[in-house]
Amino acid sequence: MSNIGKVVGVNGNMVRVEFENDVLMNEVAYVKLKEKRLKSEVIRVRGKRAEMQVFEMTKGIGVGDEVEFTSDLLSVSLGPGLLGQIFDGLQNPLPQLAEQCGFFLERGIYLDAIPANRKWKFTPVAKVGDTVTRGEKLGSVPEGIFEHWIMVPFNQYGTYKVKSIAAPGEYAVKDRIAELEDEKGRTISVNMVFQWPVKRAVDVYAERLKPVDPLVTQIRIIDALFPVARGGTYCIPGPFGAGKTVLQQLTSRYADIDIVIVAACGERAGEVVETLREFPELIDPRTGKSLMERTIIICNTSSMPVAAREASVYTAVTMAEYYRQMGLHVLLLADSTSRWAQAMREMSGRLEEIPGEEAFPAYLESVIATFYERAGIVRLKSGQIGSVTVGGTVSPAGGNFEEPVTQATLKVVGAFHGLSRERSDARRYPAIHPLESWSKYQGIIDKKRTSFVRQALFASDEVGQMMKVVGEEGTSLDDYMVYLKGEFFDSVFLQQNAFDKVDAATTGDRQKYVFDTIISIILATFDMSDKESARSFFNQLRQRFLDWNGAPMDSDEFKKIEGEIMAMLEQHRKESAAEAAEKFKQMFG
Amino acid sequence: MRKIYSRIDEISGNVVTVQADGIKYGELAEITSAHGKSLAEVILLDGGKVSLQVFAGSRGISTGDEVRFLSQPMMVSFSDDLMGRIFNGRGTPRDNGSALTENLIEIGGPSVNPAKRIIPRNMIRTGIPMIDLFNSLVESQKLPIFSISGEPYNELLARVALQAEVDLIVLGGCGLKYDDYLFFKERLESGGAMSRSIFFVHTAADPVVECLMVPDISLAVAEKFALKGKRVLVLITDMTNFSDAMKEIAITMEQVPSNRGYPGDLYSQLASRYEKAVDFDGAGSITILAVTTMPGDDVTHPVPDNTGYITEGQFYLKNGRIEPFGSLSRLKQLVNGKTRDDHRALMDGMIKLYASYKETLEKKSMGFRMSDWDEKLLKYGTLFESELMDLSVNIPLEGALDKGWEILAACFNPDETGLRTNLTSKFWPKKEAVTHG
Repeated sequence: MSNIGKVVGVNGNMVRVEFENDVLMNEVAYVKLKEKRLKSEVIRVRGKRAEMQVFEMTKGIGVGDEVEFTSDLLSVSLGPGLLGQIFDGLQNPLPQLAEQCGFFLERGIYLDAIPANRKWKFTPVAKVGDTVTRGEKLGSVPEGIFEHWIMVPFNQYGTYKVKSIAAPGEYAVKDRIAELEDEKGRTISVNMVFQWPVKRAVDVYAERLKPVDPLVTQIRIIDALFPVARGGTYCIPGPFGAGKTVLQQLTSRYADIDIVIVAACGERAGEVVETLREFPELIDPRTGKSLMERTIIICNTSSMPVAAREASVYTAVTMAEYYRQMGLHVLLLADSTSRWAQAMREMSGRLEEIPGEEAFPAYLESVIATFYERAGIVRLKSGQIGSVTVGGTVSPAGGNFEEPVTQATLKVVGAFHGLSRERSDARRYPAIHPLESWSKYQGIIDKKRTSFVRQALFASDEVGQMMKVVGEEGTSLDDYMVYLKGEFFDSVFLQQNAFDKVDAATTGDRQKYVFDTIISIILATFDMSDKESARSFFNQLRQRFLDWNGAPMDSDEFKKIEGEIMAMLEQHRKESAAEAAEKFKQMFG
Repeated sequence: MRKIYSRIDEISGNVVTVQADGIKYGELAEITSAHGKSLAEVILLDGGKVSLQVFAGSRGISTGDEVRFLSQPMMVSFSDDLMGRIFNGRGTPRDNGSALTENLIEIGGPSVNPAKRIIPRNMIRTGIPMIDLFNSLVESQKLPIFSISGEPYNELLARVALQAEVDLIVLGGCGLKYDDYLFFKERLESGGAMSRSIFFVHTAADPVVECLMVPDISLAVAEKFALKGKRVLVLITDMTNFSDAMKEIAITMEQVPSNRGYPGDLYSQLASRYEKAVDFDGAGSITILAVTTMPGDDVTHPVPDNTGYITEGQFYLKNGRIEPFGSLSRLKQLVNGKTRDDHRALMDGMIKLYASYKETLEKKSMGFRMSDWDEKLLKYGTLFESELMDLSVNIPLEGALDKGWEILAACFNPDETGLRTNLTSKFWPKKEAVTHG
């Protein structure tokens, strides 16, 4: 028997409903509007009244309209066929929606996330008589380049015996592939797709591990100085125009990861379009296939309904956790979490909750923390390792990091890549601030080396600041040298040209190699007698280094330029090559 | 079915509340008072209580006035007859033409499916070098003009309206001074652009609620034309007034303010307007250029700040010129590779030199001695400002590029410009080469 309620109030995208029977918190309900049904979620219950956020425009809803409660929490469909798709925040496939409705997003139309007709080549793994629990593998189907596990649905608690399993062959997602018998002798039928509530973390694993393996993004400043670990979290706050989105796009292309899920949450549609149109054309260097085959895009842009924006990050993270359960490494990029927080603020305002700082709800921090905590690296019941890494951008009002969303995020993430207006104005990309950012993870380059280089950067910055006051004339040659070395490191290593084919992505090995070369330059004492010649030397060196960055590693050009750089170094370094090598060895072993 | 009520329970700000049944959210009503009729829109339903924002304002409304619900949301008439006409924020004529009532369309419609958008690819030429050469405007782009009050932003908009290569101009005026309204009207009439323009103008003296309708009504009309294959340019001045109107209503409705009194949904509200900018796959396009005045030249003020996160760059108007540093067209890379070989290089090179000029200027003001190089930069900066930056300069892109080379040649040797040799050898003005050679 379905549970029916009646609308008693409408305020923006919040609808108040009077109901008779029981309702669940976060239950999905539909507001009936003529022939349409508008999806909503219960977000507060008071007596016999529930308040719901409607995932669509509420125009035309009136007092007395019927509301149908479903007794289901807001869920997503999990099964083969998610990869390569473009969804809105509620897992509606946008291209299919366009086929049906044309240019505009008509409200009240919900399509299957997973195509029902497509056949999958199923290979059973479990045998009749096996004992299985939720999340365990029953078989697999190939999905693009991956082996997609067909598992016991995560919501089937308890222990089951496999009563029957489908023979190898082609099946649609809704075809039965197994029958399981529970302890009481009841039989349940399993197909390839099941539902999972988005706001509950998938907890089907043996053990959660500490994130230690570096996740190589091929962006040098991140990998070398502010690394991210597989299963870790990081955030990128920055003012508008500092390059948050470009950074996310580069990461989604080049990061060493199995699956990328992009959650475009409340941002510009134009940027998503670039990803939508370009990814299918781009070839993933690791697999030789289109990048789209390992990507899922969740797209709830700024003009789409706000409540669905709030749901979109959960939809994204749930799908990420699902693929993690197959022993895959998943990267979730959320752009931008501030828009998600603002969606919460709008709702909180409509509920007339007592506001916290800048009118954000008081539970902002705990909600942000819960979201980032869904990242993690886990050992599955099968012993395999899977991970979800979460990177979120933050768009602080006025570019000021002292605001609630940035601060709440900084408390829970493992790495902070703060973008600076200064650096982006000076066209120093990526505009991650090398002095203010931090990371708690161990990267591909050891601590001794990175802290040495960071010290050099700090020293250089100090001299730079001083020079602004006393001018070049008032600075000693030694100090000036320190300044030049820092600037040199910044321009040839920290800055990276996203438009250059080679320089756009640097492998871990290459980074380590170049890093040591730069350290030896920072360590060296040079024979220049005045600032002018020092500057021109470093300018030349920089020019050669930039050319070097553009040469593919191990190409003849790469070796040739390296030789030239070494020759330049030898010519002006006071120490002999042997002395320099000894010094390097003493410091870094 | 029309319903009439004759008891108003509450009047607060521009919002009135009546007890009524069967009313839909977003529905329109007509309130008849001693001072005439006004439309009102339902903005809150709470049990039997219906709150309406009154377009003409609540001044003079009596508790005994008649409220007649119309059972339909806000609509505007759409046809080719709109061309050359001037309306107010409710869509009623401000000129002496007849009211249009046919083929009504809803305003504030749904958002475009991102899967049906295409990557923008056409430049809109304006004849303004600081736009065409340095920050090209791209079809389907949304760009604000950040400006302090007192800057000639309306002159700039009028010039763009006259010169932009588009099929149709929709001008939305939010809280426009009456003088400015007349200015637009005269400029477009004398420039012969009125026949391809549609005005929706709310002047500062009009009721504030009407200001809220202007962007929606302008964009709804623009969208219909775009779907018919037209390339539409929507000009709005000024979005800060629109935001302030929104703030006023929010405060009246006792909403919790988030930042400097603005409602928490400011970002979403602005975004739902700006995101109407689109290049339809297989139809026309909408490009939006909107003035955002910055109170106190403060770019971190909530309105410009939220706008900056939504739009694809900004033009920064300062001291009567479009500033090369604060300004940015995020989409320019999509089009300026296809114009002329030297476009990108000249764009970057000239700005870098202009940045050096600014540094020199600073040194000069601090009393440092000027070197030869400094003198060259000073000459360059002055020429650059008068020949290219000045808003009265009106030359097509190719002319502006040639002018750029002329300025460079008048101040520097080719190897001082930082431009690559293959470009300087091709484009460096010949006359100079003769005098040097």
